[in-house]
Amino acid sequence: MSEAAAIPAELAEASSARLTWLRFKRHRLALWAAGFLLVSYIVVGLCEFFAPYDPNWRNPRAIFAPPQEIHFFDHEGNFHLRPFVYGYELNINPETWVREYTEDPSRRYPLKFFSVGQEYEFWNLFNANLHLVTVEDGQYMHLFGTDALGRDIFSRVIYGGRVSMSLGLIGVVLTLFLGILFGGLAGYLGGWVDSLVQRAIEVIQSIPTLPLWMAMSAALPPHWSPIGIYFGLTVILSFIMWTGLAREVRGRFLAMRKEDFVVAARLLGASQMRIIFKHMLPSFTSHIITIATLAIPGMILAETALSFLGIGLRPPVVSWGVLLQQAQNYQVIVLTPWLLIPGLFVILVVIAFNLVGDGMRDAADPYGGRH
Amino acid sequence: MANYIIRRLLTMIPTLLVISLVVFILIQLPPGDIITSTLESMRQQGMEASDEQIEALKAQYNLDKSMPMQYLHWLFNFVQGDMGYSIKYQQPVNTLIWERMGYTVIIAIASLLFTWALSIPIGIYSAVRQYGWGDYFFTIVGLLGLATPNFLLALVLMYFGYTWFGVSVGGLFSPELAEAPWSWEKFVDLLAHLWIPMIVIGTAGTASIIRILRANLLDELSKPYVTTARAKGVRPIKLVFKYPVRVAISPFISTIGWLLPSLISADAIVSIVLNLPTTGPLMLQALLSQDMYLAGSFLMLLSILTVVGMLLSDILLAIVDPRIRYE
Repeated sequence: MSEAAAIPAELAEASSARLTWLRFKRHRLALWAAGFLLVSYIVVGLCEFFAPYDPNWRNPRAIFAPPQEIHFFDHEGNFHLRPFVYGYELNINPETWVREYTEDPSRRYPLKFFSVGQEYEFWNLFNANLHLVTVEDGQYMHLFGTDALGRDIFSRVIYGGRVSMSLGLIGVVLTLFLGILFGGLAGYLGGWVDSLVQRAIEVIQSIPTLPLWMAMSAALPPHWSPIGIYFGLTVILSFIMWTGLAREVRGRFLAMRKEDFVVAARLLGASQMRIIFKHMLPSFTSHIITIATLAIPGMILAETALSFLGIGLRPPVVSWGVLLQQAQNYQVIVLTPWLLIPGLFVILVVIAFNLVGDGMRDAADPYGGRH
Repeated sequence: MANYIIRRLLTMIPTLLVISLVVFILIQLPPGDIITSTLESMRQQGMEASDEQIEALKAQYNLDKSMPMQYLHWLFNFVQGDMGYSIKYQQPVNTLIWERMGYTVIIAIASLLFTWALSIPIGIYSAVRQYGWGDYFFTIVGLLGLATPNFLLALVLMYFGYTWFGVSVGGLFSPELAEAPWSWEKFVDLLAHLWIPMIVIGTAGTASIIRILRANLLDELSKPYVTTARAKGVRPIKLVFKYPVRVAISPFISTIGWLLPSLISADAIVSIVLNLPTTGPLMLQALLSQDMYLAGSFLMLLSILTVVGMLLSDILLAIVDPRIRYE
């Protein structure tokens, strides 16, 4: 009793959502990660604006060009308030025939913020040409370098993020749907439905995931449109991912059927629907959201792996996996290590989702003891 | 005990049957079949197949029968050890598959041992020194390992192997020994190459095992018997290792069950990057060229491997923990 008395009045009356949020806020890393994800989704959502170039635009003057550095001081040591990049000077190594780019101090390309650049079609809705940062027409800026065709990797990473990160979200929605449906049916109905779902889960979980994904995505008809392949892949990924969630939901339902408040509701004559949706589901939504958050990185990693192997998304679709496909052997990486930059973003996003999921797991049970 | 094992073996059979059905459906999914691709290659060589030849081909591959009959044929042949014929390699699947399966098993087991060898000490350390700098350090490293796609780690290792040591790190053997018969020298060479895939595949599972062990051990350490022992003045080392670690580790036997599928998955993609002679690269080739009998056999064998692995881990668990046998 003395403990309850110590809780401030503000906390004693707070709703469970508020308690969850207060707990989540204590998890500093998770908060930062959530902020990072929010910014990332805004950037990839508005990628036409944030990317300086069209992902398929080729710069013939910069093929396999290394990342440019942003300077504030020029080579004579003068400070410029407006940051700039230097143009490339291209030399072909006479012995190895390798292209070698060096900075050319005579060509200074100042960055222009919120200015007019390449025209694009925003969300297929209207044409615009405003970009966050560009350089003057006829000059170029490749902050992450370029690939074999002279395409800007910085822009491609942003556009690829739109595909990879949205695929994770859509896939998780599907996974949630399947997992809650089958897990809920099994847990609530029990009996033969339960054993059927359980056996199905066992079968799916005992086939090694990646080979199964490989076989299924190889079966996607090659003549499908990129959008079709995209959704096909999402369905395939969720088809395997739902099993873990279903197990969890089933377990929760089974455990909760015997809880006092559920029994009380039943004895008071509440309908089944009311018991499920009003009493049972809310008490573990936070857990479901947590599991879903932790499932998203798995989706992103799976897409990356499949596309990397050439059996997931295919060019001209730009995704992080498709981008990494260019870095398939180490000779390429030794010469052009910047092709691995998309991998860095995969890692960052996956870590961020894991941290947010961890924070949510700790916060999911606002009435539990402190950990 | 024997009773338990028999019961587990019997439940395996329906699981494997359903898996075989799933695999068969997957084999049939891609458009086109053996006949169309054979006819195509004949036409390219300027040969026209007569109707009788086509019928003969169909009969040879049982394609003139209904789908369920085809499935049964495939299943019975598979059970008898005949996995069909690879069109791409013009060889029976059997001759292509076994050596590669062997390497997959070797790499998976090596990675499993590596994962344990790495994560058990770290997990114990992190629990004993909870919230110490080491705990945070390993949490971050573990998170990195979890978040880095296997193939990316393999690529980065290859990159550093090349730029720092000037060696190419792919393959399982040095080129001059790859075709040589087995000898002590070749075995040592295998070990010298095995560590890269072992590390790459092993790191992915390490993070989650560290976490589980840390949580288990923390639960155990907060129990009254540990407090009592501490109050009695038991040495700290003994305090941790005598009972809590043993209790916290016992669920690890069951990790074989869920670790094995992920190890095999990781093995598939890492082998493709590192060019290892395991099942992964051949299966990818088979899928890309729609050599579906080959691909299907791989999928089926890898699934059997997983199911048997789960069975073994269940039996081990039953030996260690008598409560499970009588459930």
